Amino acid sequence: MKANKPEFKTSTFKLVLLTAVTVSLSACSSLGVEPWERDLLAKKEMALTSSPVDAALDDHIYFSKEASSGGKSFGGGGCGCN
Amino acid sequence: MNKLNKTSNKKNRNTNLKAALSLATSALLGTSVVSASAVQAKEANEWQFDSAFLVYSEVDRVSATEAIIAGTKTFDNDEVLSLKLTVDALTGASANGAIAQPNAQTFTRPSGNGQYVTPAGETPLDDTFHDTRVQFNGQWTQPLAENITGSVGGHFSKEYDYLSLGVNGNLAYDFNRKNSTISMGLSYFQDTFTPEGGIPKPFSSMLVGDSGASDWDTEFAKTRIGDSEDKSTADILVGFTQVINRRMITAFNYSYSMVDGYLTDPFKVVSVLNNEGIAQDYIYENRPDSRVKQSTFMQAKYHFDDSLLNTVADVSYRYMWDDWGINSHTIDTRFTIPVGAASYIEPHIRFYQQGAADFYQPYVVDEQAPISFVSADYRIGEMTAVTVGAKYGVVLNGGNELSFRIEYYRQMPTNAGFVDPQGISSLDLYPVVEAVIAQVSYSF
Repeated sequence: MKANKPEFKTSTFKLVLLTAVTVSLSACSSLGVEPWERDLLAKKEMALTSSPVDAALDDHIYFSKEASSGGKSFGGGGCGCN
Repeated sequence: MNKLNKTSNKKNRNTNLKAALSLATSALLGTSVVSASAVQAKEANEWQFDSAFLVYSEVDRVSATEAIIAGTKTFDNDEVLSLKLTVDALTGASANGAIAQPNAQTFTRPSGNGQYVTPAGETPLDDTFHDTRVQFNGQWTQPLAENITGSVGGHFSKEYDYLSLGVNGNLAYDFNRKNSTISMGLSYFQDTFTPEGGIPKPFSSMLVGDSGASDWDTEFAKTRIGDSEDKSTADILVGFTQVINRRMITAFNYSYSMVDGYLTDPFKVVSVLNNEGIAQDYIYENRPDSRVKQSTFMQAKYHFDDSLLNTVADVSYRYMWDDWGINSHTIDTRFTIPVGAASYIEPHIRFYQQGAADFYQPYVVDEQAPISFVSADYRIGEMTAVTVGAKYGVVLNGGNELSFRIEYYRQMPTNAGFVDPQGISSLDLYPVVEAVIAQVSYSF
């Protein structure tokens, strides 16, 4: 009986996870817009990275000066920054 | 009439510059060029260039200038080629890891050639830093199937003492009328570090003395373990973006990063203090040879209506943690506010807070029990940092954009709970670092 317990836990966890994913995906399907409603989203300033050049320069500065990098895109290596 | 002429001259100049860059790019890529004029006519309208020049200047420390030119071309089948060239130059002084003392201190330069003296009460800075870096990135993105986009890229960067090579691949799947996207990316970097003066032996004492002495080179060599070291970085990034409504889009990322190899900074030392807090020695730092970093990132963009001037708000939060015991919070906020028909102003505030690595110590005390790893680099210590700035952009005739950005960056290292010996209690062991970032960008 004891031996079954972890298995039960794993399957419960999987079920919960599956439910959570299904619920969130079906919730997402009610979100969003029709193709003809993308006027604002199509604007450059609404892009997730509206200025890739600024983002690259900032990443380089903060990569060199702080212990964290990446998150939004790859953290990567690329310099022996001091 | 005069004005018209000026405008058309300007347009011509722009077109010529663009055409010249397009030609140069084709030549670099080895793309077959049928005839210069044909290329000029065809490509002049297709390449989009973004360029920027940035100056980063710390008060009394490092200054860097960086120039970027990035070109993007979209082909007939929605294939996109992006190329980017970055050049930067670094000069100035960088903290060497040792702490301020009530008396002057003498240090040997990392190369072993010569010494420098830090006055009493000041944070030791090694002023020999100067480097030039050239970086090249290329990325190819194309649709692979209905709703699936693939992308591959390469990275090359070279400094005097550093070489970095990288590749990456990405897959994105759109669903729910393209309102939802799941993406996954992998990247791999291989770096080689060949510092002048070689790789110092961890925990060995910095040799200080007469660098002109006949046995100096032999003695200095005893503190070295080799000429170069390698480091590899493998990243996995999983992302989900969701359009909420006509005004709002959100993104969620999780990333897992494995860094292996030489993660020590060969230029950094740690002060060894006696019970009174007076430095007896400086030892080279030593970090673990692997680091696993994880982070979650979330971002929301919202387009306000007329009542709030059609402002676009961009808010993001990142939580990062690693197996060195560091964790960090980053909040980044931008508001793009239109000014008139063709310009905008964009205030920016960034807040950053990190905890110290387990092996971070501002100094070592003589009688301390032996340790496996140690670093006094404030960049892996406890710290809060703030960036405040603004960008002003204007769209010129023909759709080209000119923008200016100025920001103030302030790092405030803090004591992570170390109790200092009496002799140094009046000294500033956690000095603030201030920097100004100024940038001009032009897109054409």
